[in-house]
Amino acid sequence: MSFAEVLRFALRGLAANKLRSALTMLGILIGVAAVILLVAVGNGSAQAINERIEALGTNTVTVMSAGRGGSTGPALTEPVADALADPQLAPDVAAVSPVVSAAATLTFAGADHDVNQFVGTTASWFASSNTPVGSGSAFTADDEAQGRRVVVLGRTVAEELFPRADPVGQQVTVGGALFTVTGVLAPKSSTGFQDGNDTAVAPLAAVRQVVTGYGALTSILVRAKSPDRVDAVQAQVATILNQRLAVAAGATAPYRIQNASQLLATQTETADTFTTLLGAVAAISLLVGGIGITNIMLVTVTERTREIGIRKALGAPRRVILTQFLIEATLLSVLGGALGVAAALAGSSFSIVGVQPVIVPSSVGLALGVSIAIGLFFGGLPAARAARLRPIDALRYE
Amino acid sequence: MTRPVLEVRGLRKTYGTGEATVHALRGVSLLVERGDYVAVMGSSGSGKSTLMNILGALDGPGSGTYLLDGVDVSRLADRQLALARNRLIGFIFQAFNLIPRTSALANVELPLAYAGVRPRQRRERAMAALALVGLADRARHEPNQLSGGQQQRVAVARALVTEPALLLADEPTGNLDTRSTADVLEVFDQLSAAGRTIVLITHEPEVGDRAKRLIRLVDGRIVTDVRQSPLDRVPVGARPGRPGR
Repeated sequence: MSFAEVLRFALRGLAANKLRSALTMLGILIGVAAVILLVAVGNGSAQAINERIEALGTNTVTVMSAGRGGSTGPALTEPVADALADPQLAPDVAAVSPVVSAAATLTFAGADHDVNQFVGTTASWFASSNTPVGSGSAFTADDEAQGRRVVVLGRTVAEELFPRADPVGQQVTVGGALFTVTGVLAPKSSTGFQDGNDTAVAPLAAVRQVVTGYGALTSILVRAKSPDRVDAVQAQVATILNQRLAVAAGATAPYRIQNASQLLATQTETADTFTTLLGAVAAISLLVGGIGITNIMLVTVTERTREIGIRKALGAPRRVILTQFLIEATLLSVLGGALGVAAALAGSSFSIVGVQPVIVPSSVGLALGVSIAIGLFFGGLPAARAARLRPIDALRYE
Repeated sequence: MTRPVLEVRGLRKTYGTGEATVHALRGVSLLVERGDYVAVMGSSGSGKSTLMNILGALDGPGSGTYLLDGVDVSRLADRQLALARNRLIGFIFQAFNLIPRTSALANVELPLAYAGVRPRQRRERAMAALALVGLADRARHEPNQLSGGQQQRVAVARALVTEPALLLADEPTGNLDTRSTADVLEVFDQLSAAGRTIVLITHEPEVGDRAKRLIRLVDGRIVTDVRQSPLDRVPVGARPGRPGR
């Protein structure tokens, strides 16, 4: 009997029991899809959390003056800040934003509001500090170069000064000078006791001219090219600063560098926790899916022991029976598995309980591999056992 | 005289061990010539089903020898046993044992498929066998669309489609009503008239009466062995002028 013939037998066997074949495939489909989707949901929430942590600014380093207002020793100045943007000495630095800040009073049409942090900086600060503009627009590098008096207000300031009107395009008075409002910052979650929305941001040159004067910088915000390069950036920044500020070896540096290493540690910890969780979820769903597949395969073959007896009585060699049942098990497992992957891929395009699932490729391979292996084993083993029985025993099997 | 189709010597078979041992066969010797039509009768528990299963190579003989068409069946390996069941024996069960949800034609084709016959030839021979039992018009029906008698005739067609040396029937009319029984017995008569060797077991006297030779089995032993009509003659019930193949 040729293989093609046995294959036709197997197909006829599957077609003769459409409902049972469909149910078997459904069992495998659910097993595979459940594993892939659960892992994808876990992965998706892990990524969402990582993104949230990254939004807090894990990829920046802040350089601050250690002394009191630059009265002693060399201070952080604009040339120092410019020196940090050096592609040779500091290849991992993506952007450098010098920052001055002071308290100021903003006035508009008789209303006034005290701002704790009136920030003067460059255009790159918005991206580096993760402070997107909600309405209107940020100021540009050109505004900064021309020393134009423009300002972006924080949400609290905008609500205080312009309770009803749209602030964009209006002029507010700061320290006797008029600043044109170009935008309002998007609401920011407050960290600690400070209101993150009670701020205003204007070009460095304008702020120095009107509010702070031409002293030292308050701080320098340095953005790394990626979160895992932060430590490298910190080292590079330290090297350049030591050189520029002529710090002797062993002496206390006149500046200090803050980085987001604590946040990074949290992020890593979170990722580890999620990896463990994903592993557990995958293992449990594989176990459950596997038991389902085992169950339906055992029932299917046991139910057909009598049929195997009839076939043996008609002179079917063991090998032919075994091949037929293995082909049937293979087709069911592979088709069910493939449909399961398709279902999981389709399901992953929807967000599940607020999480956008992200498929982990290895979970697809694992789920498919384990399901097919289980299907083959538990479809093949009972069939092999039944094919080895004497026909009379197989026929009497209830 | 040609060699016998079936030759059994000193066949014994026991089930269970110790005090629960059941002696199903206690030394059965039997010789069946080509063309004979043998009915084995006996009450339930007489060992006739055990004998049938051994003759059909569905069960192994306990002790003793069993020569089927000159081949010692007890010495065959699994592969060769499958071959013997396929080529030498056509078995008809009391419970029909057709493959469910599979057409009558496909059921009859099955032994030919295992014998490696090409699909086209297979179909022709299966159709011929179905025509022989009078069911050519039911070829596309599945077992659950056929009456008991029709199912048993399909089973008969399946048993004889490979042209086996021996047709074995285990209470072929046990599950059938009177009319279906008559239909099936008529098929057997025709087959016997056509020169087939048939061994069947039954507990119905009217079935045993039609055979050429009647064997009675009691407690695992043959007690009577009566020739009811000559070996080379058409059996009593067969209608002349309608020979089989």
